[in-house]
Parts: sequence; structure tokens; C-alpha cells
Amino acid sequence: MQASNGSSGQALDDVVVVDLTHHIAGPYATKLLADFGADVIKIERPEGDIARRFGPFMGDEPHIEKSGLFFFLNTNKRSVVLDLRTDAGKTALEALIRRADLVVESFRPGVMADLGFSWERVHELNPKASMVSISNFGQDGPYRDYRLTELVLYGFAGEMYSMGETSREPVKMAGTAALFESGSSIAAALMGLLWSNKRNGEGQYADIALTETHFGGVDRRHATAIGYQYSGRKTLRTAGAGSGMPQGIYPCADGYVDFTNAALRPDRILDMLNYPDWATDPKYQDPMARLNAELIDEWNAHFIAWCLERTKREIWAEARRAKVMCGPLFSMQDLYEDDHFRDRGFWTKVEHPVMGEVEMPGRPLIMQEGGWKIRRPAPLLGEHTEEVLREAGLSDDVIAAVKEGAK
Amino acid sequence: MRKPLEGVRVVDLCVVWAGPFATMILGDLGAEVIKVENPFVFQPMTRGALARPPRELLLANLAWAGGYPNNEPGERPWNHCPTFVSLYRNKKSFTVDLRRPEGMDILRRLVEKSDVVYENNATGTMEKLGITYEWLKSIKEDIIYVRVPAYGSTGPYSNARALGVHLEAVMGHTLLRGYDDADPSSNTAIYSGDYLAGAQGAFAVMAALWHREKTGKGQLIEIAQAENASAMFTQAIMDYTMNRRVQQAIGNRDIHGRYPCGVYPAKSPGTPEDQGDHWIAIHIENDEQWKAFGKAIGSPDWALDPRFATNEGRAEHYREIDQRIAEYTKDQDDYELMHRLQAAGIAAAPVLEASRMFDDPHLRARNFFREQTVEGAGTKEYVGPMWQLKGTPIEFLQPPVLFGEHNEYVYKEVIGVSDEEYEALKAAGHITMDFDPSVP
Repeated sequence: MQASNGSSGQALDDVVVVDLTHHIAGPYATKLLADFGADVIKIERPEGDIARRFGPFMGDEPHIEKSGLFFFLNTNKRSVVLDLRTDAGKTALEALIRRADLVVESFRPGVMADLGFSWERVHELNPKASMVSISNFGQDGPYRDYRLTELVLYGFAGEMYSMGETSREPVKMAGTAALFESGSSIAAALMGLLWSNKRNGEGQYADIALTETHFGGVDRRHATAIGYQYSGRKTLRTAGAGSGMPQGIYPCADGYVDFTNAALRPDRILDMLNYPDWATDPKYQDPMARLNAELIDEWNAHFIAWCLERTKREIWAEARRAKVMCGPLFSMQDLYEDDHFRDRGFWTKVEHPVMGEVEMPGRPLIMQEGGWKIRRPAPLLGEHTEEVLREAGLSDDVIAAVKEGAK
Repeated sequence: MRKPLEGVRVVDLCVVWAGPFATMILGDLGAEVIKVENPFVFQPMTRGALARPPRELLLANLAWAGGYPNNEPGERPWNHCPTFVSLYRNKKSFTVDLRRPEGMDILRRLVEKSDVVYENNATGTMEKLGITYEWLKSIKEDIIYVRVPAYGSTGPYSNARALGVHLEAVMGHTLLRGYDDADPSSNTAIYSGDYLAGAQGAFAVMAALWHREKTGKGQLIEIAQAENASAMFTQAIMDYTMNRRVQQAIGNRDIHGRYPCGVYPAKSPGTPEDQGDHWIAIHIENDEQWKAFGKAIGSPDWALDPRFATNEGRAEHYREIDQRIAEYTKDQDDYELMHRLQAAGIAAAPVLEASRMFDDPHLRARNFFREQTVEGAGTKEYVGPMWQLKGTPIEFLQPPVLFGEHNEYVYKEVIGVSDEEYEALKAAGHITMDFDPSVP
């Protein structure tokens, strides 16, 4: 299919996506396609994607064109406002579907069919396109219509149960990390479907449940299920710090450092510490010492003292020298001011007509050929309605009716 | 229909989680993924912490790491670490010692017949073996080579050793997550960065294959895992770049400020040890839902308190509300309460301990689980695929792969070594289904 945004030389510059997703997971998936060249036509309701109403906002001013979240999730896309309950809106969507490689939606199950765009109808309009429905629990089954948010998704389908302290409630990840995980998985699915289209000359339908992207994901949930099936043991909440030599997160002079699993290489720990007498004591060198709680406590008392005399950056430098696994706990300010990431080109600046200059994390990965590029900022609501519908060959009358209906 | 990646061959030099998750996705989509394994070198955290872990160590580890079949290391423990098993369906495995010239020659001959080489080893590991993009390109002009250095291949941190949990600390996650009233050392290790880098690595391979189809060009792809993970913290990062605000941990509260949002104790049937450790996650997103919630729990006085009628009011009094909700939920069955609240249009679900998913009626109705038989582990149910593709369903054709399971196939059918050469390589220790006894 010929993409209408011209050839950018990017890997996916010949791909057209009709994107009916909103909020975070779906838009993050289609953003990845857009950032690598795809022409992603974002269909918005007249009131706009809900993500436009979520902060942070530029200057802390709530405004549908000032959401930093929406901005990050929608770079390189074009926005078309359609009221799909109107005839003109339906006519416009039909025309767009005829030109698409992928149709992606995240309405509640059944809504697309109610609007007249079931998979059968989409397939009839464009046999070469694949269609993806993203939903909370899938398109069928008893929980089909159940609601989810970040917390409930991660609680039910992710590994939240074993996170936190034994005596307290389980605790989730930061922000909406689980939805970004799902979005990454969906981006891979969309690429798989593009290949399926190419291989088969025909599209197919995919039912993606956010819950299922977590049950089967790499972040421990799958492994805790196998661990249970194999051993009968459940993965419960347990303290991480101080249960190894070293293990977990430690305080230091100006914050914290994480030494999870660093004890796998005791030789390197000794090197990092520069072989002090206390650490070279033979009683700690016996592999069975790591199962002896008393010895572990004793070792950790020495180690905490060593950490408290140093800053997180000093400790990390020593760890890097000795090839010890370690990570200092950075704040967003630490990260923003860090030269390593800035010098590598991690940050990127994009001009936006309402927000002005916006700085955000740039490329998620570096492709030598046909790689990531910002061609345009996130779209204003309905910015491209007329442009896109004209490209789709719709008449002035239909375009006028679409705009009237979308008010 | 043909599987999306049928005919694509991937050489898998991956370790730990982020790389194997990417190649698992490629295998699920029909690519032939061939894992290259060395019988003389054990990569910790891939096929377990140790090749031959003592039973005590397994028991000391959490079940997701140490839950081997029947809590025994067994005859070939390297086939049974749960984290390994979770990432190695739909892959093939063969063994070769890449530290020896004849081993590297075998790799060269495999690369000749492959499309993609994927690695996520510690910086320097590939170079030490002599595996570089230039070398791979000299063997196969249009090869796609993916590398996943923790902090990128340039800059002062390029040599830092890291698992997902360390680089997430650097990208801000560890200070942003966890209880809002405890210090961060209470945080449990997580590996969400491996999820992101793995899924996006699979995406990148398929995008590069797409580009190759159009241009004939292969390429080198670098995924600096730390940079890649940053997307998960978009709200916190953008708040800093736009408003210079340093966000802090907010526990289970909603980053978009909709109250209440929390995890509350629940009573459920189960074994005595379960009592008191069941929890329900509840998130009320607007004023209408708050009203519906009050009704669904029998309209107690506190739920009708006008101070809580608006989100602003609930935000101001969230601790009081959380306490009230917890007092109510502690006598409720978590599943029963989920159904009742969901019927009222409220997002709620048990915080599920992993074993309970196998009893969930919804997942059963979706035929989510798959049976697989693994030597030494018997026949068990495994978590199903991440997506239901209706035209080319993801099948678990190859169970989690045994060490060296496909030696004959890879050497003879893919690479084309003669029977004589095969026997010679076997005698030299390259071909085996066991780690060398020198490996701990």
C-alpha cells in the first residue's frame, strides 16, 4: 500500500495504520510504528483521546494540547476527528480502511461491530489488511466487559503479589509501566501481522488481551507460574536487602545503590572492595556461607559501613571497575543532568505549535538503516482531518459533513 | 495461512532474559530460532544460577528462580530453571565451544544460512570471541545483528555490568516505585526493563527484515536497554523536562490522580496459610463510579459522606477512605467482590498469586493454558501466548528446549557437516547434552 506521507527512507515508510486506539497501551504500540516511518492515522472522537486529559501538563496547565503524556505517545501521527455514529464518519472510516495495512482498535469489546466495523466488514472492505482488537480481558469469556486500570491490570496479571514487604500489601510499579509493557508487546504483534499480510496476501484478525500480555510476559509472572507447577512453591513477598553478600538495595552517603544478584561473583565483590581484611576472611569464602543468616548479617554490617562512606556515583564507579552488577538509584534530576545519556543523544527536542519546545526521551533503539526519526510532533486534535480525507479521495460534501458531525 | 516469520532463521547468542524474550516472540511467529550453547561456559541467570545447584540453594531461592521439579536439582538441572523454561519454547538448541577455532568455524557456517544474529551479553563478550558486525557481514552481506548493551556501546557506562533491575534504578524507576512511606531498600527486584527491551527487540528485528526486503540491506541494531526502559516512566520524565518537578514514589496510588486507588486485604477460601494474605486491587476513576461503589457495598454512611463526593475531596481524604475500604474488604471474598464491583462498572480484581491463575474461570473459558511435556519435568500446564492471532495461531510446537536437543539437526541438516566431522566434533567435546563436569 502506498503511504501518503511520502518516502522518508525509514523502514516502515510504506506502511499505513488506521489507529482507533486511545489511552496508553495501543497508542504506545502505534507510536513505535510511526516513529520508524509508518503513516499512522489517529482517529479521535470529537472530545479527543482521553490521554490528552492526563498530565503532566506543560506549565502545569491542564489543556488538551499540553499533555506531556499524550505528546510522547503520539509523535509522528496524524489526527483525524470522526464521529463514528454519523454516516459521514462511517463513510470516512471506510475510505481510510480501504487504504490501510493495519486497523488497530481498543474500544470495549463489541463496540466496533456496533459501529458497523466488525472484522468481517473490515475484511470485506480491505481483504489485505489485518485488524487488531486490544481489550482488557479479550473479546470473549466471562470477564469480557470488565474494567482495568494500571493497578488492577498489574495486580491481576502481573507479578505484583510478590512485590513489597511480607507484612504489608503488595505494591505496584511506578507510573503506568504495566501499560507500557503491554504496548511494547503489541508493537511486536503489529509487526508480525505486517509480515503475515505480506506472506499471505491476506489479512487476519487478532484478539489481544492486556491481561494475557502480562501473564506470558518476561517480568516473572510466567516464571512464578512455572515455579509453582514444578515445585508446588508459591512466590511470596520477601525482603530483598541484606539476604546475601551483598543482595538488594543499600543506603550510601547520598542515596541508595542496588546490588541485586551481585553476589553471583564474590571474586569481583572482593575486587570492588579492594580486598579489606574483613572481607577476605576465609569464613565468608565458603559457598555455603551464603546460606548462613548470621554470617550474612555480619558481612552486611561491614558492607553498609563501606557504602555509607561513599556517594552513589563513587560506588558505581568502583563497581564498574570491578565488573560488579550495580545500579545507583537516580532521580529524574540525576538522569536529566547525566552526561552519559545526554552525550549519547538520548534526549530530543521537538517544536510544538502550542507547547513550544518539548524535550523528551528520543530513540528507543538505534537502527543503522531506516531508523527512528521525528518527522512531526504529536498532532493537534483534528489537525489532519481535511488533509487525510482528501488524500483518501473523499468529496468536499463528505468532508464538510464529517467536520460538521465532529463538532 | 503461513506463519508470519516462516523461513526466517535467527542465531540466538542470548543470555538472561531480555534477549531470550525477543527471540521467543520471533519463534512464536514462526522464525527458526537456534540457540548456540557452550558446554564449557555457564552463563549465570540463563539456565539457572549454577549448572549444578545444590538442593539447599534451590530452596533458599524464590520459586521463580529455584522452583525446580519436585524441588530437586535432578539429573540435568540446567533444563529446569523456571525463568529459563518460561523463555525457551519454540527454539532449538545445539552445543559448540566458541572459544576454539573449529567452534567459530561452525558458527560461521551457521551464520551463512541465517538472517538474524541476536545477542545481549555483557559488553566485550562477543568481541573477545571475535564476533563483530564486520565479521558477520563478511559472512552474510545482509545479516541483521542485534546487540543489547545495558547503557549503549559508547560513553562512560558502556562497560557497566547490569541486569534489568540495575539499569531501571539508573533510569529512575526504583525511586519512583514502592511504598510512599518506606525507604526504597524495601523494593523488590523487578525486570520490567527486560520486558520492554525484549518485545521491542523483536519489533526491531521485524522492522529491519521489512527494510531488508525493500532495500536488500541488512544492518546493526543497538538497543541500549536503559534508554529503552525510559518510556515506562514517561509521566515522571516529562514532568521533569517540562516542569522541573522531581516525582516521588506514590505507592499504589494513581499517577493521574484518580482516587481511591489501592490494594486492600480480602478474605478468601483456601489453605490456612493463604488466609490473611489475599488482596484486592480497586481503582475508582470518577464521581459516578464512587457513587456506584457505595451502592455496591451496601451504602454505609462513610461512602455517602459529602466530603468524598468529588475527586478533589477523595484526593484530600484518601488515607481515611483507604482505611474505610480496608475495613470493609477484609471480610469479603476477593473474587466475589471483584464480580460485584465489576458489575457496578468498577475496575477491581484480586492481586493474584500465580498458582491461582490456573483456577480462573475466565482464563479457562479462553483456553489460555497449554500442555507441554519436558524431559525430567513431566507434563504440565504452561501459561499461553501473549496474543490470539486467529489466522496463524501461536502454537507451542517445541517445548522449552533441552541443552543440545537439536545437535544432530543443526549440525547435519542446517550446517551440513558430514557424519565423520560430526563424530570428530563430538569426540572433541563440542557436541553433548551435558555441561562439562568442570562447570559448577
